[in-house]
Amino acid sequence: MNIVVCVKYVPDATADRQFESDNTVDRVGVDGLLSELDEYAVEQALQLKEKAEGDDVTVTALCVGPEKAVDAVRKALQMGADKAVHVTDEAIAGSDYVATSLVLAKAVEKVGAEALSDSGGVDLVVCGMASTDASGSVVPAMLAERLGLPQVTLASVIETQGDQVRIKRDGDTATEVIGATMPLVLSVTDQSGEARYPSFKGIMAAKKKPLETWSLGDIGVEADQVGLSVAWTEVEETTARPPRTAGEIVTDEDGSGATALTEFLAAKKFI
Amino acid sequence: MSEVLVLIDHVEGAVRKPTYELLTIAKRLGEPSAVFIGPADQAAEATEKVKKYGAEKVYVVDDAPLKGYLVAPKAEALQQLAEKASPSVILIPSTAEGKEIAGRLAIKLESGLITDAVDVQPSDGGAPVTTQSVFAGSYTVTAKVTKGTPIITVKPNSAAPEESAGAGAVEEFSPTISDAAKTAQIVASQPRKATGRPELTEAAIVVSGGRGTGGDFEPIENLADALGAAVGASRAAVDSGWMPHSFQVGQTGKTVSPQLYVANGISGAIQHRAGMQTSKTIVAVNKDEEAPIFELVDFGVVGDLHKVLPTATEEINKRKG
Repeated sequence: MNIVVCVKYVPDATADRQFESDNTVDRVGVDGLLSELDEYAVEQALQLKEKAEGDDVTVTALCVGPEKAVDAVRKALQMGADKAVHVTDEAIAGSDYVATSLVLAKAVEKVGAEALSDSGGVDLVVCGMASTDASGSVVPAMLAERLGLPQVTLASVIETQGDQVRIKRDGDTATEVIGATMPLVLSVTDQSGEARYPSFKGIMAAKKKPLETWSLGDIGVEADQVGLSVAWTEVEETTARPPRTAGEIVTDEDGSGATALTEFLAAKKFI
Repeated sequence: MSEVLVLIDHVEGAVRKPTYELLTIAKRLGEPSAVFIGPADQAAEATEKVKKYGAEKVYVVDDAPLKGYLVAPKAEALQQLAEKASPSVILIPSTAEGKEIAGRLAIKLESGLITDAVDVQPSDGGAPVTTQSVFAGSYTVTAKVTKGTPIITVKPNSAAPEESAGAGAVEEFSPTISDAAKTAQIVASQPRKATGRPELTEAAIVVSGGRGTGGDFEPIENLADALGAAVGASRAAVDSGWMPHSFQVGQTGKTVSPQLYVANGISGAIQHRAGMQTSKTIVAVNKDEEAPIFELVDFGVVGDLHKVLPTATEEINKRKG
């Protein structure tokens, strides 16, 4: 079985994230890392591999992004992925959802084509529920659309039996059980289970694992199909939100806090 | 004036409030046409509701051939409807499902997509300008779609719903759903239990609890009820199993932007801030005066929530008489 895990390199959410002068996310000047929400995707892929025991399962971590983004697939390799692909090309910078999903889809197809000789393409594409920077939560659905595969998304519980997949999806108004047959696109939430930390052994082993770098040409995407200049959306302005002005803080002593709180709420007409 | 399609968000025909907000926005941009995808026998109820908020047309898509499959058939239905109606803009509620429909639709229609808009305004002769709140609310971004039919998903509370009588002319639309769209099957569906409180993402006031509750949400719920508020929880409280995930406010839960947000026993980690930072007024109660949540507040009480909240609840109930 072939599993591809899509991982994103994002600016650290605990750092001061910012934009470049062309209004794209600063992905170089701010420390980056593997998106926390994609760690859950790596974890679930690894659990599926472990569950398969004897069966031959290959987990490939796939990342699209600038040079530094290779750190994201490296982390996935340290966690236990078997190999990694980093698609990087200057032309990709500033791509929107539409272009990003195109690059990912073409890269998944290439991973599948290369695996075809031994095991028949990609069986499972696993994604996180959202990135921690754009947090659009749309790329997994777009990937399924592009690849023509079933979309089994926002899973908090994943069960597989042979090529059958069942998930629990916590929807907006209902909890659903979704079933589909592989190959398919799966996205998993942070409720799916704590992601493992790389072990020392894992970190050492990762250095010897195959890591390929592909350009747009390698996956058959033209430079004028992606990037900022052809994006189907355009950012006009980015403005830092003014810091909130410091509020009033009181310390509770024998019920004074409750009274002060009630008075504040009443003054603001919330009561 | 060109049509603006608004996908109706409803549960069994009961229209949810964000739909009215989208219709109000649609009216700024053109002529609102609501799209109802659901059982045909629930369409009349929904039509009555949306025409009060300016829907000139209501496209009714009987979901009998779509039902039981996740997202993809709805995207196909909207694609075919858009090709027929040639709308100038398509507005979709920013729910999990709404965003996924929008994503697939963008590829089908070769159109630009903007997600999680908190405001949408017309611009002279061009695509509407959207406002998004990004990076945990620390930046505001304005943007527009430059290709195809702008597809915009809009967050709850992005506009105050304005009543305005529309014609509400019903037009039935029967899409052709491909077999390829029927591959992810909804095997079972358990509607979420009603809490009797306002919907978390729509509420004007949200009272939340975190690790500091120690698992006892009674003071939180009582204060919420005194204020007519929705109850929320931090990830720590959800991960501890104290509250279901549907109550979680934060990056991986719901994003809320109420008039008043009361955070109790919540430290204010970035994960939580991402979900509530744009609230108009923020109040916090926390034992730890160093808690980062106090950097955000308009009013804060350093104290034990188990003491402060019950007393405050009592005083509020007294004031209400």
